[in-house]
This record gives sequence, structure tokens and C-alpha cells, in this order.
Amino acid sequence: MADSIRIKAKAQGAEAEVKALITHPMETGQRKDKKTGQAIPAHFIQELVCKHNGAQVMSAQWGAAISKNPYVSFVIAGAKTGDAIEMSWVDNKGEKDSASAKVE
Amino acid sequence: MQRRQFLKGTLAGSAVAVAVGAGLLSPRSVLAAWPTAAFEAKSVNDALSGLFGNTSAADSKDIEIKAPDIAENGAVVPVSVTTKIAGVTGIALLASTNNNPLAANFEFAQSVKGYVSTRIKMAKTSDVVAIVKAGDKMYTNKKNVKVTIGGCGG
Repeated sequence: MADSIRIKAKAQGAEAEVKALITHPMETGQRKDKKTGQAIPAHFIQELVCKHNGAQVMSAQWGAAISKNPYVSFVIAGAKTGDAIEMSWVDNKGEKDSASAKVE
Repeated sequence: MQRRQFLKGTLAGSAVAVAVGAGLLSPRSVLAAWPTAAFEAKSVNDALSGLFGNTSAADSKDIEIKAPDIAENGAVVPVSVTTKIAGVTGIALLASTNNNPLAANFEFAQSVKGYVSTRIKMAKTSDVVAIVKAGDKMYTNKKNVKVTIGGCGG
């Protein structure tokens, strides 16, 4: 799953807001394929980690109740223009991806 | 007798297949930190005890939940939580009547402010529950969201 994360971080005064959009089906395992009647296997991101200048600042555990193509945003105090932000995820099938950005 | 055993065998087998299909038995060894019991809990309280080991969250007006009053599409309900509580170490989001209420648990370092925004699925009209963790204290608030079309069926 390359290039699944679009991440942006914008400085506002003494803090920076990180916004990320991830491309992922976030399948709950409760839906059925309408044609075959077979249950569609669960496939969703379980862990999300965000680092600021190499130090972990946010980690999240997700269930299948996060919407398809997840969006997440949060604010890091003390982050300034040029700081490195890195985000990575792992899903229930062991697939993973990561992306990085500089605070603008 | 043989037929009975055969039926028993196939039924048990298919139950396992369903469980595997639902992701209940998928290999999780790489994700030891993922709190399976909390995410598979059927009630808000069970989810909280699975996640934090207790359910004693104090109601707090200092937690603001922003979510639509009426969500037309339960598959995408934007929710953001803002809190003024000092020393926030985490925010958990639950949809109280979902099959598995726990949607997400965010853990923050000191530098992250008491705010998170994301989008969740809601099966039907229910409360969005936010749990804010500050050290070993837990605070909670909720907001009712009317869902026109559920987001979990297919």
C-alpha cells in the first residue's frame, strides 16, 4: 500500500496542526457481498503512530468503526516550521505504510 | 449416527470459517498492543474495562464533542473532541449502539493538545461517547447523533 497517506502539518503560532488522509477500505467484516452473499473479510487499520522530529507523540488503536479512507487531525504544541512529522499505520492483515512531511 | 457426526463436524467447521472470515481469529501476534477484548466488546462499559481496566469516568462539561445533530450517512460521521482538561494523555471515541462500540483510542504525548478529529461509522442513532484520559483519571461526555442511513450494513 504505497502512497496511502496524505499528510500535512501547518504551524499556527506556537503549535502545529497535523492533518492526514489515509486511503484504506476499513472493511468491518460485517458486510456481505451483494452478489455472492459471502461475508467480506475484515480489513482495517489497527494502529496509527505519529512522530514529531523522531519522537513518538501520538499513537492510536483503531477499530473497524473508523470510516473508510480515514481522516485524522490533532495538534502538537511546540512544533514549528521545518519540523519533521512522520506517520505510519499497520492493519489487521499486517499491511503497513508510512509517510512524512515538514511542518509548513 | 454417522450422519449426525458428519453434521456436527461441518457445523463446527463452518463456525470456525465464519470466525476467520470476520477477522476474529486472524493472526495478531505482530499487534500485541492492540486491545482485542476492548474492540470486540459489545457494550460501552465492557469496552472501557477492556481498554483501561475500569469504567469510572466522571462526567465533564470541559469536553466538547463536535458532531452533526443529524448524520445522513452513518458510514461517515465527522467527530471532533476538544477538551480544556490539563494533562490529557488520551482520547477514546465510542458509538454507544454500534455492534462493537469502541471506534478508536488515541494516546498522546505531553506535547499534544487535548484535541482530535476523525470520522467514524455509526450503525444507528445513538450517543457518541468521548473518554478523555488525564493521567489515571477519566472524564467523559457524550452527544446524541441521529443517523438516517446506518453505516455498518451492506
